[in-house]
Amino acid sequence: MSKKVTKFNFNSSPTIDQVGINDRIARITARSIKKETKMQGLKMALNMVDLTTLEGADTDKKVIQLCNKALHLHDSFPNLPTVAAVCVYPNFVKVAKKALEGTKINVASVATAFPSGQSSLKIKLLDTKIAVNAGAEEIDMVISRGKFHEGNYSFVYDEIAAIKEACGNSRLKVILETGELGTFDAVRKASDIAIAAGADFIKTSTGKISPAATLPVTLVMLEAIKDYYYKTGIQVGMKPAGGISNSKLALQYLMLVKETLGKDWLTNKWFRFGASSLANDLLMQIVKQDTGIYQSKDYFSKD
Amino acid sequence: MAKKTIKINFDTGWDLAPAPESTGHIQLNEKYDLFIGGKWVKPSSGKYFATINPADEKKLAMIAEANEKDVDKAVKAARKAYDTVWSKMPAKERGKYIYRIARLIQEKAREFAVIETLDGGKPIRESRDIDIPLAAAHFFYYAGWADKLDYAFPNRKPKSLGVAGQITPWNFPLLMAAWKIAPALATGNTVVLKPAETTSLTALKLAEVIQEAGLPDGVVNIITGAGETGAAIVNHNDIDKIAFTGSTGVGKIIQNAIAGTHKKATLELGGKAANIIFEDAALDQAVEGIINGIYFNQGHVCCAGSRLFIQESVYDIVMRKLKDRMESLVVGNPLDKNTDIGAINSKEQLQVINKYLKIGQQEGAEMYQSNCTLPKKGYWCKPTLFTNVSQSNRIVQEEIFGPVLAVQTFRTVAEVIEKANNTPFGLSAGVWTDKGSKLFNMTSQLNAGIIWGNTFNKFDPTSPFGGYKESGFGREGGLHGLKDYLRF
Repeated sequence: MSKKVTKFNFNSSPTIDQVGINDRIARITARSIKKETKMQGLKMALNMVDLTTLEGADTDKKVIQLCNKALHLHDSFPNLPTVAAVCVYPNFVKVAKKALEGTKINVASVATAFPSGQSSLKIKLLDTKIAVNAGAEEIDMVISRGKFHEGNYSFVYDEIAAIKEACGNSRLKVILETGELGTFDAVRKASDIAIAAGADFIKTSTGKISPAATLPVTLVMLEAIKDYYYKTGIQVGMKPAGGISNSKLALQYLMLVKETLGKDWLTNKWFRFGASSLANDLLMQIVKQDTGIYQSKDYFSKD
Repeated sequence: MAKKTIKINFDTGWDLAPAPESTGHIQLNEKYDLFIGGKWVKPSSGKYFATINPADEKKLAMIAEANEKDVDKAVKAARKAYDTVWSKMPAKERGKYIYRIARLIQEKAREFAVIETLDGGKPIRESRDIDIPLAAAHFFYYAGWADKLDYAFPNRKPKSLGVAGQITPWNFPLLMAAWKIAPALATGNTVVLKPAETTSLTALKLAEVIQEAGLPDGVVNIITGAGETGAAIVNHNDIDKIAFTGSTGVGKIIQNAIAGTHKKATLELGGKAANIIFEDAALDQAVEGIINGIYFNQGHVCCAGSRLFIQESVYDIVMRKLKDRMESLVVGNPLDKNTDIGAINSKEQLQVINKYLKIGQQEGAEMYQSNCTLPKKGYWCKPTLFTNVSQSNRIVQEEIFGPVLAVQTFRTVAEVIEKANNTPFGLSAGVWTDKGSKLFNMTSQLNAGIIWGNTFNKFDPTSPFGGYKESGFGREGGLHGLKDYLRF
């Protein structure tokens, strides 16, 4: 095996000040998003959702049901956008692919010993290959948080680079699991490492650890993406995941993207929500915006 | 191959729909008289002047113009209240009245916020989240001190002064009235207050609150008018203390006028704060601090961070981030909940700001303004910054009191301290660094009354506020704020 030489300077990440981050977020959450802006935002958000099922109890039939949900969000309301992707474990990629054949909805798969990432590189590569070979267009990997805390940043970097190589043409989302990193400084450093190592997307969380995605942590990551874009002209996507269950919060995320990265990121090619319950709340709000009436939750399918 | 210029496209096509705060719930009279001796009294001149909304130039109400006679009436009412009621009342009881005022402001917070925004042009986000809650907080804070003065100043036997004449500016009308009235009442003084002539409405609404709180007649008198009314207060023989917030020019006139008299004074005057960004700072958050420092309240802030100093090694990156951030600032209708920068307070002030924009360009500075469209009616100024300036430029030396930032660079700590202190003002400063020791070294060497570390424009009633040099003397807020209303 050839030795990899990383040219990345692990001490180049800027520091982050928590008070300032919270100040900025306070300005975002004070934005009043109403009327057309709200409708447009809700539809945009719906189009960015990765419908997700990552349970030990997942079965083929459960995955097919979720795919059906993706295909038929709320058919009684015309001209709805679709969700961006369905996200499953590697062994369900084939089933999901088949269910979503001929649609624009991607299949994303978690890999690399999700969610803890505690395994050998060999296993992680194999895990990735299984998902890619089964047809996953997107791979959501986890970084080795233990190695990160040990200060072994080159390990983290090399691992991401190796998985990226194994992804081939599939897009790689790198999950930092920010809830385990402890500080904004660490989140920024992990973001910079992941981006430099070849991440197409950086993602906050697995959804298995609390806290999952938050607005402040997302801002830290968006700034990392922005700095890299200015340096290289290369766009990197962002996916907050976990804990985003209502429309109001989703709109605040979009506002944060709008004011930080602008138009080019306000598309599901570069921004995603990792959430399963968010879709129905968005649907409910869309119908409410249109009819003026809140409908019962039971009018929206739960799969 | 031509190098592609990398730019963030903020023209997203996802624009904010108008979200105006409703004005249906506010109660404004067509005409306001003077509040003297607990009653609404017609001005002896019979004259009234209009107060307008600077965002659309429409008249909001007519305000009485107090002359020397009215001032004398107000001072007499205050003296009578001091002699017969307020100085004799147990301190604990005084505190109760102040608490009551605080609670009533909270109850009417929404109405106060809307009126403040209508009359002054500041964004509703600020009047709702900062001005009004802080005003209530000041009354709450000083209410607590009323019966504890002996503990605040042990063994010094604090005594009240008598009648305080207070003159407030137009940039934070209700908040400044609170800064003045709350400590004066807590220390047992009575008050004659004159708000600025362009923004009298919330002070007059405060008079209604004071009436509702049942404060004994004459303890607080609120009279309106312009400079001449203020001069009459300053020159009245029976005033024991002048508290003034406003320009350095007027501050000097006041100090001249009271020289040789028994009158005590606190003057809170202009500023030209240095906001200093070191290369090791959290730069994205520093940029947020620059924005809050200079564009808060359209830059109508005496402690605004109007002189920006960036360490040369990070100059390019900070400027890039700053210009990007400026693009997301919403300028327009102050009543809209999404507005970040509202209207310039008055036509006169807009002329002052425009004069400085011209001077800056004539002096060879490079002007940059964000891409925003301004409403047609009303008084507006785009968020502005000047680069290619130095300490020799007038826009660096003089207080502009608008959304105008002058950007300079520095190389070393010694250099930036020298430049930061190289100003006749000394009100506030900001330092941005990740290194605690550097921060404390800076704070001990900067000649400024308030220094913020890794933040800017944060206020709290427990924290004293006031200046060095031509930014004035005396402190408002905190324990220090009591002292200037007492003798020992």
